[in-house]
Amino acid sequence: MQLSILVIVLLALSSMAFYMGKKRAFQVAQGKIRNLHSLPAYYGLYTAIWCGIPALIIFGVWIAFEPALITHLVDLRAAADHYLDLVSTSHAALTIVVLSLAIGAGAFTLTRIRAQQRARNTVESILTAILIFCSSVAILTTLGIVLSVLFESIRFFQEIPISSFLFGLEWSPQTAIREDQVGSSGAFGAVPLFAGTMLISFIAMLVAVPIGLLSAIYLSEYSGPKFRAIAKPLLEILAGIPTVVYGFFAALIVAPAIRDAGGFIGLDVASESALAAGLVMGIMIIPFVSSLSDDVINAVPQSMRDGAYGLGATQAETIRKVIFPAALPGIVGGVLLAVSRAIGETMIVVMAAGLSANLTANPLEAVTTVTVQIVTLLTGDQEFDSAKTLAAFALGLMLFVTTLVLNVIALHVVRKYREQYE
Amino acid sequence: METIDESEVSEINDAGVTDPVKVGHTAMVDRDNRTTIGEILVDNPRMSCRDVNVYYGDNHAIHDVSLDIGRNEVIAMIGPSGCGKSTFLRCLNRMNDTIDICKVTGTITLDDEDINSKKIDVVPLRAQVSMVFQKPNPFPKSIYENVAFGPRIHGLANNKTELDEIVVTSLKKAGLWDEVKDRMDQPGTGLSGGQQQRLCIARTIAVGPEVILMDEPCSALDPIATAKIEDLIDELRQQYTICIVTHSMQQAARVSQRTAYFHLGDLIEVGDTNTIFTNPRHKLTEDYITGRFG
Repeated sequence: MQLSILVIVLLALSSMAFYMGKKRAFQVAQGKIRNLHSLPAYYGLYTAIWCGIPALIIFGVWIAFEPALITHLVDLRAAADHYLDLVSTSHAALTIVVLSLAIGAGAFTLTRIRAQQRARNTVESILTAILIFCSSVAILTTLGIVLSVLFESIRFFQEIPISSFLFGLEWSPQTAIREDQVGSSGAFGAVPLFAGTMLISFIAMLVAVPIGLLSAIYLSEYSGPKFRAIAKPLLEILAGIPTVVYGFFAALIVAPAIRDAGGFIGLDVASESALAAGLVMGIMIIPFVSSLSDDVINAVPQSMRDGAYGLGATQAETIRKVIFPAALPGIVGGVLLAVSRAIGETMIVVMAAGLSANLTANPLEAVTTVTVQIVTLLTGDQEFDSAKTLAAFALGLMLFVTTLVLNVIALHVVRKYREQYE
Repeated sequence: METIDESEVSEINDAGVTDPVKVGHTAMVDRDNRTTIGEILVDNPRMSCRDVNVYYGDNHAIHDVSLDIGRNEVIAMIGPSGCGKSTFLRCLNRMNDTIDICKVTGTITLDDEDINSKKIDVVPLRAQVSMVFQKPNPFPKSIYENVAFGPRIHGLANNKTELDEIVVTSLKKAGLWDEVKDRMDQPGTGLSGGQQQRLCIARTIAVGPEVILMDEPCSALDPIATAKIEDLIDELRQQYTICIVTHSMQQAARVSQRTAYFHLGDLIEVGDTNTIFTNPRHKLTEDYITGRFG
């Protein structure tokens, strides 16, 4: 029997158990619902849960351990026929076990239904357990990713000292694969990468914060509801454009335009300048800043505006002296979230920022970023134990820590702000 | 406030059909009978309103209200919820401008100047006719900055010394100085509800208004804080004209000299507070103040 069919049969059995449990509850109550402790549907759910969940758990565990177990039983050189034979036997056994468990548990529960049984309480506690399970899946996955990055980084730091990674000024990750290769001892000083990341993020924020903030103020305080209804979604479309589109927009249109403009006034601009990547990234981030600021500004109570207007403040004075200071912590939180977005952004910088690790503060030169180097280190054929590959994990860890710290600060600032009016 | 008794509701609903005699007894009154009773005029008024109508979109919220507001008097506006008393109050310093769909017609004058005229700038008007709101709404700034806000935006002080003086005087007038003089740099939001409301009154006094509008200033406060604010209103009357909207008839009786009773957007009766509460002339006023509906 196909395993998918088994699952469908199991679900059908459970729903049957639901109706039978409900019917049984009516019988036990002699047709009067008020005689029951819980509503009849809870008895139905109670039966269905006992019918379905233990069987599903067995099913899951069986499927998870079956290959390992069978491989263990089979001699490594044995025929594939034997393996397949074992698999079909196992599936047949699984079907029998699961179905008999479902029917058995369902029928047993059915006979145990009593009028004063606390079916609702049991069902609700099982639902709570399911909710806890689902939320812990997300948390555990995050934890798993962090731990795997952490352990690989530790392996990297065993080869390269952490101080030379954090404070080294030279980045040249090419290591010799064969003995006879020359000049590729590898240098893993991450400072140029972080400097490049900061430079581009800084340029991006220089674009995004003023434009985003001022447009948020316009939208939330000045514009009419009609304009706002059109302009706000349009602005948020910016956030929906795939970053790869921004990337080639930066590489093919903005960067050459900046180089030509620079050449026109006699400046030597690299064709992959930090300025181009930063400008385009800034445009991408505008909706983050404007949308979050808009929410925060709207969250300032109307009574604050009334209070200021009631004293004869103009609209501009009200915004500058009352609303903006009241919303400032929330705006700072929004900007920090945007910064962490900028630091982690990859596609635009891969296409527009360049690969050479220059340590410079000149936005007209090419710089590279942490994310770009991670991409470069892991593209193509790689061996997974060389310092070069492991460096990607160390960079990833640094990136993760940076954005985590920024997010924690942002959340803290936003939370502090929430307590202010009450 | 007493709510409408169930039996009365059914009377109102059935009144027109079954028992017309009871109509006069309940809240149902013919629109044409809604002419204001009482003394709408005073000598030498500070503000005077003639035939004021207010519309929220298609909703006609206030009908033909004419009323004078005298100098150094406290005028209380009472009436059941939704009767338009707050809306009327907000007309007096054009706070209704901030609501897009709101339209005001008729003339309202402050010292014989039409406040709705094109020549009037709303900013100095609101400094002359300032407003205190139902819920205390101190800005999330220090106590000092809260009071200094108005003088700063209107340029009332030339230097720090003058500003300090305005702040201290305003806080003293609002009866809050002794409680906050040691913590002027702490946030105004950290005060108790009654203190916050007095801070808001101090903030209003600081801009040097002529008229203070108060929209249910005590409805969020406990009886002790309320008593303090009421004493304060009585003192402020020496210098200012005060219009107060209140749901508490006892409060209206305690603090005001004149009382205006609004009902469903009409000004029903205006007069000396004592007269209104002891000898109301209109049936609706009598029903309301005796608690028959509200």
